[in-house]
Amino acid sequence: MTKRFAVGIFEDEDVLLHAIENIRAAGVKIYDVFSPYPVHGIDDALGIERSRLPIAAFFFGLTGLSFALWMQIYMLGFDWPMIVGGKPHIALPAFIPVAFELTVFFTCHGMALTFFTITGLYPRFKVPVMDVRATDDKFVMAIELDETSSQFPRLTQLLRDNGASEVNQKEMTNK
Amino acid sequence: MATLTHQESATAEQLVVTDGARKTFITIIVAGVVVLILGILAAVLGWGAAGHGETAGHLGASAGHGVGASVHHEGSPVWLKRVLVSLWHSNVFFLGVSTIGTVFMAINYVAYAGWSVMVKRIAEALSAWIIPGAVIMLGIFLIGRHDIFHWTHDGIMDKGNPNYDAIIAGKSGFLNLPFYLIRTVVYLAIWAYFSYKLRQLSLAEDQLGGTVWFHKSINASALFLVLYAVTSSMSAWDWVMSVDTHWYSTMFGWYVFASWWVSGIAAIALTAIFLKQAGYLKALTSNHLHDLGKLMFGFSIFWTYVWFAQFMLIWYANLPEEAVYYNQRLGGFEGHYTGLFFFNIIINFVFPFLGLMTRDAKRQMIIMKIVCIAILAGHWSDFYLMFMPATLKGESGFLIEIGIAAIFLGAFLILFTRRLASASLVPVHHPFLDESIHHTT
Repeated sequence: MTKRFAVGIFEDEDVLLHAIENIRAAGVKIYDVFSPYPVHGIDDALGIERSRLPIAAFFFGLTGLSFALWMQIYMLGFDWPMIVGGKPHIALPAFIPVAFELTVFFTCHGMALTFFTITGLYPRFKVPVMDVRATDDKFVMAIELDETSSQFPRLTQLLRDNGASEVNQKEMTNK
Repeated sequence: MATLTHQESATAEQLVVTDGARKTFITIIVAGVVVLILGILAAVLGWGAAGHGETAGHLGASAGHGVGASVHHEGSPVWLKRVLVSLWHSNVFFLGVSTIGTVFMAINYVAYAGWSVMVKRIAEALSAWIIPGAVIMLGIFLIGRHDIFHWTHDGIMDKGNPNYDAIIAGKSGFLNLPFYLIRTVVYLAIWAYFSYKLRQLSLAEDQLGGTVWFHKSINASALFLVLYAVTSSMSAWDWVMSVDTHWYSTMFGWYVFASWWVSGIAAIALTAIFLKQAGYLKALTSNHLHDLGKLMFGFSIFWTYVWFAQFMLIWYANLPEEAVYYNQRLGGFEGHYTGLFFFNIIINFVFPFLGLMTRDAKRQMIIMKIVCIAILAGHWSDFYLMFMPATLKGESGFLIEIGIAAIFLGAFLILFTRRLASASLVPVHHPFLDESIHHTT
């Protein structure tokens, strides 16, 4: 599927933030904004809902904790009971470090994989980029156009009025 | 402050301590005195046996078993011993929390942190207790050291004396009266001096403006942090660990520091919430609370980490001279401390961990308030667990201890609020004030 975008390039963070407010106030839906570094307050300006990643993280952590405890209790308590240092077979304090490590391991790997999957930022050969300068020193705002691109002249004017240094039209093919 | 624009700047705010607030503080002290007297009466007359196991009958029973708590009264009667030990206990707790105000400020200076400027004056005011706390500490030590510190007993380090204890004698190079007093005075002097210095620089900045005070504060803070890193650890050995003279733990300095530090941050957050709810600190938002909440959450875990690191190694190695520490707390003295031992982990780790886990919880005053109070009470009982088994064996209770803690709390609050009211709540000329006002997380 091919999507068309009006892509506005901004030079400055503050100009960008004000432009976002004005353009949203004008009733235009912004597709996304790309910046070289995290901009404070941009989530609120764009009206992005808070991520639900922490909830996923909690359950990944719970999985890791359960797995670690199950693994150690099963291995050392039932499958192959051994006396280590005169402690009981199921010696919980000794299991805590591994349980902690696996909780962290599951949480961070689960979060990273979930994040890449949901945002589509996972590594691949052909990476869709609105404008490569967004990885260097420019702020890029993308607004989705319809089939005919009839709003493009109006959007160009709107973006320019709000401080965009240039406005391009871009087609993205989404597999 | 949703409407705060970029041009607007915070103005000075003067705290007025109302008569109602003063009355509350006095009431806390009076209630503490009443509870203390009740506790002393209970200990002397033998009330409340079932709850605290402090009557002669109960002790007789435990002595009758022949194992565990062998009760021998040396020196003062039990109630006086309990008063002296809990004076020392509460004073170490409040003095530590008080110093954390300065440590918190120093860390924020050195890190060039901007967000914390809004609560900086609270941290400054916390240190109002250092001087009175230092005086009380030296006073208790000079009067009641025999009831608190085993190693100060006469003849304990003299070979041939009936009191002679070879292990304690081996530590006489460090644990002797002159050196101990010199160290204590040095720690307290360093803490008091830098608290005073940073406070003066901050007040001068309020009056005169300019960035010169800020840079001077950074230099003072950097020096203080180096000294504090050493003195906090050593004071933990001296004031807390040396009650268990035979025992030692290399984690102990960090353990005590973690307890003080998380309590100090809870005290700052709690004060900020009370001030906000009383209509002060207009530019304080849920963003600042969120950061304080993150610190409380993180350092509750840090405390648990240190606590567990100390516990697990001792449990695993199971060397008698180390394991006795947990023996006393887990089941020793007829299980006198077992309940508190597990309560300690729940209130200081499980509760803040689950309570402050979500973002929303850290941004809501009511949840933050509950967790702050739990952390402060929890770490007070953490210190209780450090002091009581070694000094009072199975004879500690709660009435005397809580009474004395309430007296300390009331007195602490009077001095704390007085210093809080003596300058603007917002450091109006701090170079990072604007950053703090616009802080978002």
